[in-house]
Amino acid sequence: MAFNKNSNGYTFLFAILMVVLVGAILAFTSLSLKPLQKANAAEKKMMNILGAIGVPSERGAVEAKFIDFVKERVSIDSEGRKVSSMSGAVNAADAADPFNIDVQKDFRSKAPASELNFPLFSCKKEGQDLFVVPVVGKGLWGPIWGYVALESDMETIYGAVFNHKTETPGLGAEIKEGFFQAPFKGKKISKVAPHFAVVKGGAPTTEYSVDGITGGTITSKGVGEMVDRTMAIYLKYFQSAPKAQK
Amino acid sequence: MSTETSIALEPKRESLFSKKNRKLLTDPLDDSNPITVQVLGICSALAITVQVQQAVIMSLAVLFVMIGGNVIVSMMRNIIPDRIRIIVQLVVIASLVIIVDEVLKAYSPDISEKLSVFVGLIITNCIIMGRLEAFALGNKPGPAMLDAVGNAMGYAWILLAVAFVREVLGSGAISFPGIGQVKFLPESWFMANGGFYENNNLMILPPMALITVGVIIWIQRSRNRSLIEEN
Repeated sequence: MAFNKNSNGYTFLFAILMVVLVGAILAFTSLSLKPLQKANAAEKKMMNILGAIGVPSERGAVEAKFIDFVKERVSIDSEGRKVSSMSGAVNAADAADPFNIDVQKDFRSKAPASELNFPLFSCKKEGQDLFVVPVVGKGLWGPIWGYVALESDMETIYGAVFNHKTETPGLGAEIKEGFFQAPFKGKKISKVAPHFAVVKGGAPTTEYSVDGITGGTITSKGVGEMVDRTMAIYLKYFQSAPKAQK
Repeated sequence: MSTETSIALEPKRESLFSKKNRKLLTDPLDDSNPITVQVLGICSALAITVQVQQAVIMSLAVLFVMIGGNVIVSMMRNIIPDRIRIIVQLVVIASLVIIVDEVLKAYSPDISEKLSVFVGLIITNCIIMGRLEAFALGNKPGPAMLDAVGNAMGYAWILLAVAFVREVLGSGAISFPGIGQVKFLPESWFMANGGFYENNNLMILPPMALITVGVIIWIQRSRNRSLIEEN
């Protein structure tokens, strides 16, 4: 070696070059794979929405099923007024499509609710009108989210799916399991606050609450909080929307 | 890292598959197995052995990162400044892991979702750092690659063995990527359907992975007496 590879100058040069090079490679990988990853995320979202109304689906065949069951995609503002409505195929590039509203991003941005739009998926399954509401909130370690489907009376829960990013395995992470989600079915969203709650594991439940997970109290409370907070906005829409119209 | 095999640079040229280099491939399978002898990478052996298919994917990911990391660091071994070598190793591993993660997210999102936390854990998988520091920094790319394959295989077979035992006893099934989980016991055997058999749910929990690894170490040492330490 002609140079001293342990000099300060060389060490700095090496570090700088390495960072620039590695940064460029990673940026390239990320950019070139982004379209595929986005398509996957959209598919997952459709699977979740179908999951909330109890329709099993798998990757690759989900889009046709989605169009089949989800008749109308509506976006509403925080006062419950209808902003836009779409039906038919999902257009991933169209920002006005309620399907493309990123509720997680909106939630993170901490913008006042009055500036945001909220998506609602109105579905028809076996002749029954169902409304799927996306919910997002905070667990113990990170974001949690889910989809809650309401029956045509707009207050009885038809089904719910939840997922999480980093909750504790075996405790909070159980919110994505069937045993936690199943009791939501048949419960009701109250017309007056609190609209819905997840109570401490084992505590008695009412018409408007379900049992939480023992040891996963903060995650369970997070689920209750996000359903309650989101439903407060959608209730305004449900109360103003004439039921016969659906 | 008590039994690491640091081999000094050989002045004369030797074939890639010389007897000594072949040992690099076969030693980590038994005599210097990263999990059972060097006791590295235990964390992922506990976390990702509930299903065989997860273990297969994790092994493949580690194999890829290990080969990439070992070869790249070995090629750069003469230009890496000594004082920041650990950081350089970390950067190499972390970038490879991020690439694996991004590719999985794009082409195999379901697996990526299942592995989510563990993909990040590859970065901290002690086997990879250990082999970079102990072997790749002092050897040519060829042997470094063999060393990586050997150690990744040594890691993989323990992972697969543990996952097999846990999945068969814990879920009464066996799974493989692309095929999915296959339950091989007739449903009527299960107690829920009036039968006599019940899956052992304890096997699903992490402690049983530790015990299974322990049993493998026990069997290995009873076969290979040279591994037993003398006090």
